[in-house]
Amino acid sequence: MADTITVSVSRYRPEQESEPTFQDYDVPLRDDWAILDALNHIKDAVDGSLSYRWSCRMGVCGSCGMMVNGEPTLTCAAFLSKYAPGPVRVEPLRYFPIVRDLVVDITSFMTKLKKVKPWIVREDEKPLSEGEYRQSPDELDTYKRYSMCINCLLCYSACPVIGLEPSFIGPAATALAQRYNLDSRDQGAAERLSILSQDDGMWQCTFVGECSEVCPKDVDPAGAIQRYKLTGAANWFKTMLPWASK
Amino acid sequence: MTTEARYSLYHPKWYRHPVSVWWWLSSWRFTKFVLRELTSVPVAIFSLLTLWQVRSLANGPEAYARFEAWMSTPLAIALNLLIFVAVLFHAQTWFHLAPKAMEVRLSGKRVPDLLIIVSNYIGWLVVSAVVAWLWLGR
Amino acid sequence: MLKRMTPLLWFLFSAGGTVAALLFPVHVLVTGLLIPLGWIDAPGYDSVVSLVRHPLARLYLFVLISLPLFHGAHRFRYTLYDGLKLKHLHVPIVLICYGSALTGTVATGYFLWNFS
Repeated sequence: MADTITVSVSRYRPEQESEPTFQDYDVPLRDDWAILDALNHIKDAVDGSLSYRWSCRMGVCGSCGMMVNGEPTLTCAAFLSKYAPGPVRVEPLRYFPIVRDLVVDITSFMTKLKKVKPWIVREDEKPLSEGEYRQSPDELDTYKRYSMCINCLLCYSACPVIGLEPSFIGPAATALAQRYNLDSRDQGAAERLSILSQDDGMWQCTFVGECSEVCPKDVDPAGAIQRYKLTGAANWFKTMLPWASK
Repeated sequence: MTTEARYSLYHPKWYRHPVSVWWWLSSWRFTKFVLRELTSVPVAIFSLLTLWQVRSLANGPEAYARFEAWMSTPLAIALNLLIFVAVLFHAQTWFHLAPKAMEVRLSGKRVPDLLIIVSNYIGWLVVSAVVAWLWLGR
Repeated sequence: MLKRMTPLLWFLFSAGGTVAALLFPVHVLVTGLLIPLGWIDAPGYDSVVSLVRHPLARLYLFVLISLPLFHGAHRFRYTLYDGLKLKHLHVPIVLICYGSALTGTVATGYFLWNFS
């Protein structure tokens, strides 16, 4: 195996250029290094001006998502040796505005997430004296998968609809809405359904399925959205037809 | 630099890559997706062909013979071959994706996806056999 | 008005897709390939007509023809939006896609109702 590998990093310094360019760095090819380690090496030893986000370096915080050779990837989970002999292309997460180098602005997602009310919604709060909310393992199982989302936004970068319609609510937000809809303690399903049935809601999804392919936590947002569409259709029949019982 | 910066609203220095209309050619998985969606056209065409078949049946034996004669022309056979391939592609992708819309639970436990996909194929074979048997003359 | 019908349109798309997936392969194979190529003997005109006259057969044919038309219309509409970035033309696209599907469905219903 060769000693080094070329990492081609997308740089964007708004104060000196009007669009991103690539800068190549030769990085030691160590078999225990991930792309994130390569970036840390570049920042520490080669070019301290490189900007990027990272935190836990073990695939649970969702900070280090970037495009590696055109695929949305967690850079802490992608081994450098997998891309040998290189060069490896590292770019910021697709479809988000680039602030600087590999840093993108994710405000659009934070707004969408808040819109779906990702918390337990209850009409009536049980007083403490009545004890805790009990949930069986099977009830937990119905929504557990969707609770594994780490908000890494790889699914947004994989979704062509997000690229074409940036206001689409998107995979992660819908999966998180489902996580609460399916939670036995929650009473907000109707509220979320009306929010997600709006123009930029779940109906814009065309089931490309790429979001589930790139998800590092196997959340399957595509499945969550399709199940939600079925719920929406069933609800439509219940409320729109003459025998509707409101 | 020959191009102007692409401005984001209120943040003139943030950069947004433009999304090309040919985005779906950039990766085979995207191209496969668009091909899957385009099977909608052969499906609609065959619906209309079947409508024509019913109409010519209603109009008598000569009309039906004309329909069958057209269906035997090389153009029609080529078209139907294309439709057949498209419909098979549609069916294969449909059976693999449709189970995701319904999480089937038996006595509290999730039924594995593979089981649902296999049952789809079996149902498909059974239904096809019944239709063929009924139509080709018991 | 169309926005309120989105769940219904999606449901028709789903139902049509299921019909197309389950039933079109055998129909295309037999009507489009096996019979024209002579690999199977065509059933006589009389046997087919007597089969189709049955009310259940006509109902089956109605479902077989009309649902996939809506499936195709819905899918093609979104393919034009996403594949060719034509969402700004959504008014003519919606009218042409669902309009044709509806016309086809009405024609099918009419012909099958009056079949004899």
